[in-house]
Amino acid sequence: MRHVSPLRSRLPILASLPLLPLLGGCNWVVLDPAGDVARQQADLVVISTWLMLLIIVPVMALTVFFAWKYRASSEAPDYDPEWSHSTQLELVIWSAPLLIIIALGAVTWVGTHLLDPYRTIGRIDHARDVPAQAKPLEVQVVALNWKWLFIYPEQKIATVNELVLPVDRPLRFRISSSAVMNSFYAPALAGQIYAMPGMETKLHAVLNKPGSYEGFSANYSGAGFSNMRFSMRGQDEAGFERWAEGVRKGKGDLDRTAYLQLEKPSEKEPVRHFATVAPDLFDAVVNLCVRPGKMCMSQMMALDARGGMGQAGRWNLAALSYDKFGHEAVNAVLPGQSAGLLTEADQLFIKAFCADNRPTTALGKVTGAPLSTATLRGAGLIWPGAKPATERAPASPETAKLAAAAGPAAS
Amino acid sequence: MTSADQHWSFLLGKLTLEALPLHEPIIVATFAAVALGGAAVVGALTYFKLWGYLWREWFTSVDHKKIGIMYMILGLVMFLRGFADAIMMRIQQAIAFNGSEGYLNAHHYDQIFTAHGVIMIFFVAMPFVTGLMNYVVPLQIGARDVSFPFLNNFSFWMTTAGAALVMASLFVGEFAQTGWLAYPPLSGLSYSPGVGVDYYIWALQIAGVGTTLSGINLIATIVKLRAPGMTMMKMPVFTWTSLCTNVLIVASFPVLTAVLTLLTLDRYVGTNFFTNDFGGSPMMYVNLIWIWGHPEVYILVLPVFGVFSEVTATFCGKKLFGYSSMVYATVVITILSYVVWLHHFFTMGSGASVNSFFGITTMVISIPTGAKLFNWLFTMYRARIRFDLPMMWTLAFMLTFVIGGMTGVLLAVPPADFVLHNSLFLIAHFHNVIIGGVVFGVFAAINYWWPKAFGFKLEPFWGKVSFWCWVVGFWLAFTPLYAMGLMGVTRRLRVFDDPSLQIWFVIAAIGAGLIACGIAAMLVQYAVSIIRRDQNRDLTGDPWNGRTLEWATSSPPPAYNFAFTPVVHDLDNWAAMKRAGVARPAVGFRPIHMPRNTGAGVILSGLSAICGFALIWHIWWLAAVGFAALLFTAIAHTFNYRRDFHIPVETVIETEAARSRELALAGAAA
Repeated sequence: MRHVSPLRSRLPILASLPLLPLLGGCNWVVLDPAGDVARQQADLVVISTWLMLLIIVPVMALTVFFAWKYRASSEAPDYDPEWSHSTQLELVIWSAPLLIIIALGAVTWVGTHLLDPYRTIGRIDHARDVPAQAKPLEVQVVALNWKWLFIYPEQKIATVNELVLPVDRPLRFRISSSAVMNSFYAPALAGQIYAMPGMETKLHAVLNKPGSYEGFSANYSGAGFSNMRFSMRGQDEAGFERWAEGVRKGKGDLDRTAYLQLEKPSEKEPVRHFATVAPDLFDAVVNLCVRPGKMCMSQMMALDARGGMGQAGRWNLAALSYDKFGHEAVNAVLPGQSAGLLTEADQLFIKAFCADNRPTTALGKVTGAPLSTATLRGAGLIWPGAKPATERAPASPETAKLAAAAGPAAS
Repeated sequence: MTSADQHWSFLLGKLTLEALPLHEPIIVATFAAVALGGAAVVGALTYFKLWGYLWREWFTSVDHKKIGIMYMILGLVMFLRGFADAIMMRIQQAIAFNGSEGYLNAHHYDQIFTAHGVIMIFFVAMPFVTGLMNYVVPLQIGARDVSFPFLNNFSFWMTTAGAALVMASLFVGEFAQTGWLAYPPLSGLSYSPGVGVDYYIWALQIAGVGTTLSGINLIATIVKLRAPGMTMMKMPVFTWTSLCTNVLIVASFPVLTAVLTLLTLDRYVGTNFFTNDFGGSPMMYVNLIWIWGHPEVYILVLPVFGVFSEVTATFCGKKLFGYSSMVYATVVITILSYVVWLHHFFTMGSGASVNSFFGITTMVISIPTGAKLFNWLFTMYRARIRFDLPMMWTLAFMLTFVIGGMTGVLLAVPPADFVLHNSLFLIAHFHNVIIGGVVFGVFAAINYWWPKAFGFKLEPFWGKVSFWCWVVGFWLAFTPLYAMGLMGVTRRLRVFDDPSLQIWFVIAAIGAGLIACGIAAMLVQYAVSIIRRDQNRDLTGDPWNGRTLEWATSSPPPAYNFAFTPVVHDLDNWAAMKRAGVARPAVGFRPIHMPRNTGAGVILSGLSAICGFALIWHIWWLAAVGFAALLFTAIAHTFNYRRDFHIPVETVIETEAARSRELALAGAAA
């Protein structure tokens, strides 16, 4: 249990109270989300705004005041056409924004590191830490033209345009795309991150409230972009398991053939469920080698790491072509060259390298959950000149925990 | 393929009858209107026998003042086109609810928002600021012209050629459907096989040549052609901001040229810089384009910061507060603008340390910007402020821009950006700084320098109507976008599910309508002012009691700007000269050496446009012929030795005597 005073954690929300009359009747999901990560991001929006208003409001007020007071018709007696310098004022006008930016910069540094989408989350919400043994639920997200594919490797199921999530369980999204750049964004859950072909991005989040929400692509991706939306549902753990079981008992196999069919451009796809999923499908998507006969990027990189294949490498062109010549034509070997032109020996050579086209999973770096936010807030830091923390009686259980954690690393 | 088909495809490349968008009634109607209007203009010019005049006095002119005015006209024409796109988007988004598809299909709508962005940045804002710098800088520094007058003419026509290609895409083929920065892989051949992206590429490349050359030209002008005595720290602020702007142009536009060249290679010769496969990296494109793109923001806004500085000092009737801190702030912004580009894609998955670095550098820019704002503020302190239109725009800018700046700094906080990136909040933010900054600044500048350029003031009544329509319209149009960004509505959507959003889009559309009234009032203002020019005539050349050298000469200034190069002793030299009662020299005139007009710029840019068009449509023979002709003309022009002439001393004496009479008349009237 964290020792955060309820007032402190609610401060940004209290501070935004004056805005409330404006908020009535609308779904201000960005400011009032259902997930803890988005909640903290919203708090940052509000904190930063207030910080800046500290200087914006006086400037605007002074502008209006000076414009009125020194209008020509008022014939202000202190008119001084030569007055153009004041060292004190210069100091103020450079240092006032500087101070605000120092404060905001500190908030930014801490906030950006804490809310790094690659960082495993450390808390369920402001009052609850993630239990030590908790394993995040992994969801693999593929942006297709123009729909969303969600693969649940743990449950071995997949869905299209529907993301069902257990409430209060840490989530880890692995995100990629099949064709063009998209951005995976469910405002109620957490901030967005790009979904890019041949690339994997990550997002860690948690959903705190059951309910129905919306998600979409936040990066224009072509003609069907407007309808590239998915529904997101939060359910309690039992409800989620029931739902997954239901999908598993249903129909539909998402093998590689089915995926290749699915990834063809289409719009306004209804929600679809798949009872089974090819186990390495997501890795194959990231490595651009779902299609039979394609060489995975991971294999290519492994080859290159061993010095490449020299001139023989050109035989791989067809096996490495993904969408360069249009998505429909990826089966073609090379432009102007039919498969028949390759000798049998060439084909054998290619097959030797990419017959199974199974990706090797490269584990991306995952940033660990923060041990405690106390240090970042300055609570656990040693005052200059004071004795080292280890020699003092710990001031609170929190700092004791910190000191214990820091101990072995320091020595 | 039959042999007849082969002949046609050799002759016309990909260009076929299907390329004409006859199936789009909106475009056909637009085409009819443009064709009729164009025919009317051409007919009128022919009837009044104006072609010769236009060719001799304007198109081939190397006079920086005329080129500046032509830039402003180009900006204004393209502004109407870009705004028409904006209105169409606003209407589409206001009606596409409850299952309605609106009135624009995806193909058309996606071209519109792409064209809107491209046109407004490259062919509206850029010509406007370049035009202002062209007109004002040589006058402010007491120069005869820019350093390379022919290059200046050539730059203008290259920009125009780029604009012409974008306009051609409306009626022949299509424009890009990619968003204004054409991110691959979407803009790659696999996902944009049509000619839209090619139009985009070649229009920007051709216009980019003009922009880069005009940047070089203006840097050379400011560095080399300042009047004797005008040290760097005695340069007017507008000249300072122009210098920094052109440094930014010269240092950043080559990056744009390079990245577009790489995209061109991907599309034309099958390289893999930004493809998904073969090791291409679209992320590299995103980085490169923003390494140009962020400085571009400051290229647009720095000159208008200069405008506001000039206007504030003039209409407050006092020296600008904190001149040197203004200069240093400008320089700091110039440098910092190169280390913030990553804030345009915090969401691409960089680590937290990288994101924080770029977030904080972005915030740091707000410190010099804030200092500038304070400097304008304290210029108003102990002033006697005259609220003519330029000052009204300045005040509207100060109150509007701070909000845009604030939301900008907010977006620089990476976790906040994660929830607001690409949302309508972002759209509202950059329109808030571009309209509230650049557009308001350009309007202030037009109202401020119009009497200098034409010898009469603009009518204040219609100017005020336009002002209030614009300011109120702006807030009405963009406050709903801020709000919807906080509701999680993203940009570039064509249809909507959530009916509760409709009211916001309707309000935004009404705001856009009000802005349309503002534009109409502005056009009326120009027309009325031209018709009643004799009532608003300014004989003094200094209608606002200005402070810098451009007000020392007549309005409009003679071709040679100053009969004698002024000697500078002071910042705000003209104000100092007036205080000291410096008399105009009446004797000792000499013939003035001037550059001669040439048609080479028009011809070269025309050939560039043909070459670009041929490349867009894969008409290879025409591209080759066009390029060869381009080289030939460029080389042939180097043998043109008739490059200069002398204004005879009699003409100078006569012009200056006329000016003396005008001044006497003005003095008698006062």
